Amino acid sequence: MSFSLGSDSKLPQGRLAVVSYVIVGLTVLLLVGFWKLQVVDSTHYQELADRNRIRTIPLIAPRGRMLDRNGRVLVDNYASFSILLLRDDMKIVNRALPSISDALNVSIEDLRQQLETAKYLPTYEPIVIKPEASTADVAYIESHRTDLPMLEMVMMSRRRYPPAGFLSSAVGYVGEVSEAEIEKSDGKLRPGDMAGKSGLEKQYDSVLQGNDGLRRIIVNSVGKEMGRLEQIEPVPGKSIQLTIDYDVQAAAEAALGDKKGAVVAMNPETGEILAFVSRPSPDPNAFAVRVSKEEWQRLNSDPNLPLMDRVIQAQLAPGSVFKIVMATAMLETKAVPESFTAFCPGQASFYGRVYHCWQPKGHGTVDLEHAVAESCDVFFYNVGMRLGIDRMSYYGTQVGLGRRTGIDLPGEEPGLMPSAEWKERNYHAPWYPGENISVGVGQGPITTTPLQLARAIGGIALGGVFKTPHLLKSDQPAGEFRFPISEDTVDKVTHYMENVVDPTFPGGTAHVAYIKGVELCGKSGSAQVISAQGLAKVKNRSDYKDNAWFVGFAPRRNPEIVVSVLVQSTMLHGGEIAAPVVRDVVKAYFDKKNGNLKPPMTAVAAKVTPATNSIQQQPPTLAQSEPVPLAGAKPQASNAAGSPARPMH
Amino acid sequence: MQREAPRGQCTESQESVSFLMREKAGIREYDWWLLAIAGAICLLGVVEIYSATHNIRVPGSPVYMKQLYWLGLGVFCMLIISRVNYHRILEQAPVLYLIGIVALAAVLAVGQTRLGAKRWVHLMGESFQVSELFKLIIIIVLARFYSEVRTDQLTLGDFVKIGVLTGVPLLMILKQPDLGTALVLIPVAVVGAYLAGIQWKHAVALLVLAAVLIPVGWHYVLKPYQKERVQTFLRPEDDPKKSGYQILQSEIAVGAGGFWGKGLGRGSQNQGGFVPVRYSDFILAALAEETGFIGVFITLALYTALLLRLVHNAQRAMDRSGMYLVMGVAAILGFHLLVNAAMMIGKMPVTGIPLPLMSYGGSVTLFVFLALGLVMNVRIRRFVN
Repeated sequence: MSFSLGSDSKLPQGRLAVVSYVIVGLTVLLLVGFWKLQVVDSTHYQELADRNRIRTIPLIAPRGRMLDRNGRVLVDNYASFSILLLRDDMKIVNRALPSISDALNVSIEDLRQQLETAKYLPTYEPIVIKPEASTADVAYIESHRTDLPMLEMVMMSRRRYPPAGFLSSAVGYVGEVSEAEIEKSDGKLRPGDMAGKSGLEKQYDSVLQGNDGLRRIIVNSVGKEMGRLEQIEPVPGKSIQLTIDYDVQAAAEAALGDKKGAVVAMNPETGEILAFVSRPSPDPNAFAVRVSKEEWQRLNSDPNLPLMDRVIQAQLAPGSVFKIVMATAMLETKAVPESFTAFCPGQASFYGRVYHCWQPKGHGTVDLEHAVAESCDVFFYNVGMRLGIDRMSYYGTQVGLGRRTGIDLPGEEPGLMPSAEWKERNYHAPWYPGENISVGVGQGPITTTPLQLARAIGGIALGGVFKTPHLLKSDQPAGEFRFPISEDTVDKVTHYMENVVDPTFPGGTAHVAYIKGVELCGKSGSAQVISAQGLAKVKNRSDYKDNAWFVGFAPRRNPEIVVSVLVQSTMLHGGEIAAPVVRDVVKAYFDKKNGNLKPPMTAVAAKVTPATNSIQQQPPTLAQSEPVPLAGAKPQASNAAGSPARPMH
Repeated sequence: MQREAPRGQCTESQESVSFLMREKAGIREYDWWLLAIAGAICLLGVVEIYSATHNIRVPGSPVYMKQLYWLGLGVFCMLIISRVNYHRILEQAPVLYLIGIVALAAVLAVGQTRLGAKRWVHLMGESFQVSELFKLIIIIVLARFYSEVRTDQLTLGDFVKIGVLTGVPLLMILKQPDLGTALVLIPVAVVGAYLAGIQWKHAVALLVLAAVLIPVGWHYVLKPYQKERVQTFLRPEDDPKKSGYQILQSEIAVGAGGFWGKGLGRGSQNQGGFVPVRYSDFILAALAEETGFIGVFITLALYTALLLRLVHNAQRAMDRSGMYLVMGVAAILGFHLLVNAAMMIGKMPVTGIPLPLMSYGGSVTLFVFLALGLVMNVRIRRFVN
């Protein structure tokens, strides 16, 4: 043993004592450090800990459905799962990439690409690696939660619209909210939320939207749910019941087919819209997920304007349909005697200019009854000249032309009912008498929308009661404005309109629209877009071709349905191409009413569900508050005032 | 080692002394206060290991049960080593040192790579960290060295020898790479040097040498991940999701615990797995979150009592070699405590230094009990007046 006991048993006691003090001193220092964190700054760290562990997951409220007037589902939702990748721990994620790739059938390069793209996002933000996941994907993730904790699913409620653009222009579509919308919403909307972008989806967005709920969960360091703190259930959006009749709508869709134009059917006594078609129309299901920039640009630059809702936005010359307003004005004002006749040789000369009738052979001597039935232009050139712009403008305005109808849809256009004052204001020129000739046959600067014509004609047939058209079904009566028309005038005008369709009355322009057992009354129109010479110059380009109109209602007394049809860019007359559409729609309406309806060929809404939580809302009444836009309207470029008239009827 | 001449002379008296002492050298002579304090710390550790791991699945027994097995094995080892007269152990210091160096070399050559570092060898079916064993060897070797210094103050030559004895294994452990364990060797040398007597000029020279060696080591010795840890420590906000993440999460856990703590099993940082290796290196953060400042205070008080009790035993050692053994143990345990606790509150870089007696781990638990066995060994051979 190398250690002698005595000599080295003298220990450095002083130094050992110093070591003791050092130990105590260091302990105190450590305790001060812990005190600072645990007592002084504890609140701050508590917040950090909460931010770590508490994750708020939004629970998206499903949008309300849209039902037809009989409670059949028109617009519905479907559940769709998106698969999220939590990137809190990239090491684990990178190691698991091959198995994720196998499981979800997404190529590993694709996943790497997505991770690369998301590199600059905060890592606590999960990324969607597979939208619209299949049920197999969902099942796989559910059963592999422990192996692949970085995968998470969120259920999204997506919109299911009727296929092939059925009713799409009225329904509109939803899309991700824009930054401006988020700012306006006072915190209700967040990035990524869906909101109505057009049509009824936009109009009734606040009703359909509902309130999103949220779930606050406790998560561990890899984002796995460990417990639940609170859950605020989402309040689903309310369903809305529309005035649309699915059967009538289906007939209208089928009748218009692929033709560019619009159909609107409404009940003139209530203002309820029964059918609403605009063509061409994109399939909104394509927008339900996300529209690509390219697709959006293509839609916007398409010369056929697929995004235009022609029922309320197509402002076109009404052509001969306007002759009904003329006839009413003539009978009501008596400025032109009822017995007035005109001789039509196929053309007439006014103020040194020749105006043609649509019928080059001429109509011979015609009175008002024949002039309406045969749509004689020369007769109404004369009436227009004799009434003058002030009376025509007054009557046009009073039946609702040149101002918005107030339908519960965004983006309605007012059309234009010209007046001398309007001409003065916008062109700083007086109204020339020659312009009366054009306006007399619904040509020149006058423009209307299909909806305006439906309401005007329906209102005249009802003796001057003009209901605000609306798409939301309501118990309360719709807004209206009145312009009393004498019973005698109504009787005569509707009789003349019946002659247009009645095959027993020779010369009527729309015998094709006759329906046995239905008193269908109507008026055709063919309106030129530019003058005949102009059309020849642009080599008959389709977008400058004539527009064909037909507006019809039935029955003759107390009409239940008025249908306005526009077919654009056609060389056919309104009586030939638009009248059959009106006929089909009216026939479907009465077939259904009389119980003769054949079941529709393609059922859009497979399940016929009664409306449960629908709301009934008063459609906005607007006619009173809407200023009559005689003064405000801008001139319409497509209809140059005072251009020489081409034949029309 | 050059002073082996008196061996023959002393043998007989040593034998007789040993014989005398063996009579009273028994379980009853253990430092029961020290063991009670250590036991209390171990109990806290097992409870916190249970709390931190009760909701995670591991293969085999639950983690806290494994820790209990290791504690049992540790106590057994302590009993064994306390029975072998520490002078006999000190005699074998050169042999132990050589064995230790060879073992470290073997680890570097054939060791099992785990977590990117070669630290482990398989021993009786359990993986074992050789560098832990070397901590024990350095205590013994330096105790032997210091006890043989006859002057009041260490000479320059002594420093060179200490530097070589400590530096060779230090560099080998650093090469594994295991910065934490490598650094642990230093306080044994430093505390020993202080007790043996150090001149001011030498102390200053050592500090200057350290100031030179640190940048050299930074460039040529440290692995990239070690550099990253140090950099992260210096600027944690630069990188809150990698190494800085561990420090930050540890700090959050400690701070969120508040004064009274959130209760066992209720710490979100701990239970949610935000605290890294919460049942091992970061167990103090888990404990701080769940038992608050109160728990930390009690824990640090127990450790302080443990260290003071070690100093107390050193003061009553039979000879200087016994004192150096006990103080070597105290130096290592104190260094572990200081670095680990400071790491929890963001005052030290992450170095992989566990908290002895509390952190889960076989190698470190065995080391601590073997070290305590040495202390008991010295204790039962003290002068009892």
